[in-house]
Amino acid sequence: MRLLVCVKRVPLTGGRMVLTADEQAIDTKHLGFTISPHEECAVEEAVRLVEANGGESVVLTLGPAEAEEQLRDCMAIGADRAILLKTDGGEWDAQATARALVEAVRGEEPFDLILFGNESADSGNYQVGIRVACALGVPVVTGLKAIAVEGARVRCEREAGDGREVYEVALPTVLTVLEGLNLPRYPSVPGRLRAKSKPLAVIEPVRAEPRLEKLRLVVPEGQGKQAEVLGEGAAAAPRVVEVLQSLGVA
Amino acid sequence: MSVVVFVEEGDELSLQALAFARTLGETRAVSLDGPYAPAAWAAAISAAAEGADSIVAAGSDRGNELLAHVAARLDQPFAANVTRIEGDVVTRIRWGGSLLEEARLHGSPRILTVAPHVHEAEAPGAPVDLLPVDVADTPRVLDHVAPAGGGVSLRDAKVVVSGGRGVGSTEGFAIIEELAGLLGGAVGCSRVVTSAGWRPHTDQVGQTGTKISPDLYIACGISGATQHIAGCKGAKKILAINDDPEAPIMASADYAVIGDLHEIVPAISAELRKARG
Repeated sequence: MRLLVCVKRVPLTGGRMVLTADEQAIDTKHLGFTISPHEECAVEEAVRLVEANGGESVVLTLGPAEAEEQLRDCMAIGADRAILLKTDGGEWDAQATARALVEAVRGEEPFDLILFGNESADSGNYQVGIRVACALGVPVVTGLKAIAVEGARVRCEREAGDGREVYEVALPTVLTVLEGLNLPRYPSVPGRLRAKSKPLAVIEPVRAEPRLEKLRLVVPEGQGKQAEVLGEGAAAAPRVVEVLQSLGVA
Repeated sequence: MSVVVFVEEGDELSLQALAFARTLGETRAVSLDGPYAPAAWAAAISAAAEGADSIVAAGSDRGNELLAHVAARLDQPFAANVTRIEGDVVTRIRWGGSLLEEARLHGSPRILTVAPHVHEAEAPGAPVDLLPVDVADTPRVLDHVAPAGGGVSLRDAKVVVSGGRGVGSTEGFAIIEELAGLLGGAVGCSRVVTSAGWRPHTDQVGQTGTKISPDLYIACGISGATQHIAGCKGAKKILAINDDPEAPIMASADYAVIGDLHEIVPAISAELRKARG
């Protein structure tokens, strides 16, 4: 099987969002980076599928030169090689991103399966995977919590209200997944060492004009409540129960 | 201005989207039935929206998926989870609601979904048009699998007692389960806990887990990363139990108890039993 996983470098935000002075981004001076949680599961799934069926898993991102760190992380857990669509660090909208991804995919041997996270942790546009599938003329199923490849078809499950919906599609296809699909492994030390020498191709795509054009970011109001301290340690228990009773839940 | 709104039957979020759409112009509510088939449904919506100025749906799983398909078909931009719009400038949700973005939508028609729980729902008023659809040769729902069942569901529980890194282990959740049981509530946890394999992902409260809105949320040993707050900020009241009085969770909590959750949680359970005689 030939698999492609598309990921995005995002900051590890911790407890509080602080913006840069120009309000164009989160201030990441003191932050580390990762990929979106849904995508961690996509990478893990691709690695497992290659372990079970043979083939190759390729991880791709569109981002700044520093996104090599995330690609190496993905290769440390088992992806075979990587493609970096290198930008100058500015944000690309979903349409421009999808266009660049499609061009990169067309430059490769055809993939059987292209995996995305259902939505990115940061911009949450819910559309890049669908746009790529549409442009490539292949089917797409989104929001998946289970994937089973059976020959040339894939059985997919997604949560819907009460229970799960079942879909079945033929390969090649695009699938977008959710965290909970699997429990991603931690990279091992030998895995990290191997990842350093795995192939990483760099392409510099041309950015299309944004059509969902970010003007500025805003921290929503209403953050920063002052919690009423009910007490310290076990001695607070009677007061807690009073509060539970007053809320009508005890 | 003419607006086409996709409405799902019996869906509160769709009626909120409809209320929002009415502020944009003359609306026509459309719906589909039969097996859900995203690409085919989107084709039907696109056809129905020919000549419309705006296409709107709820910022739900289906709403976001369908309008992403519509936007891809029409090669137009799509703004997901919009909270307000003025002319072509939208305000939309990022980071599960921890951050907002103002953006110019250079699209015709304007394609957008409405962020949940920002606008009051409105009754359809006029009849909803059922659109014809052809679902042959396209991915569609083939079957439904019943939920595993058992216990109080996280999404619907009136009380959720959650544990984070501070709980320390799989076994540590026994005291969390005990308190949740006494309150007739559900057990939740943070992402650290599911990543460590202490609890299944179905228990995770957060941006990439379940988003909940109980009457009371009790967060035990949870620092309060934005990823987590995005999942629990819908709670009416939040009680944080944490040994760090400066943990970020305190900025989202209504009540706090400072100290070791391994002493405090069993003490609350014991006190509840005592109060009940």
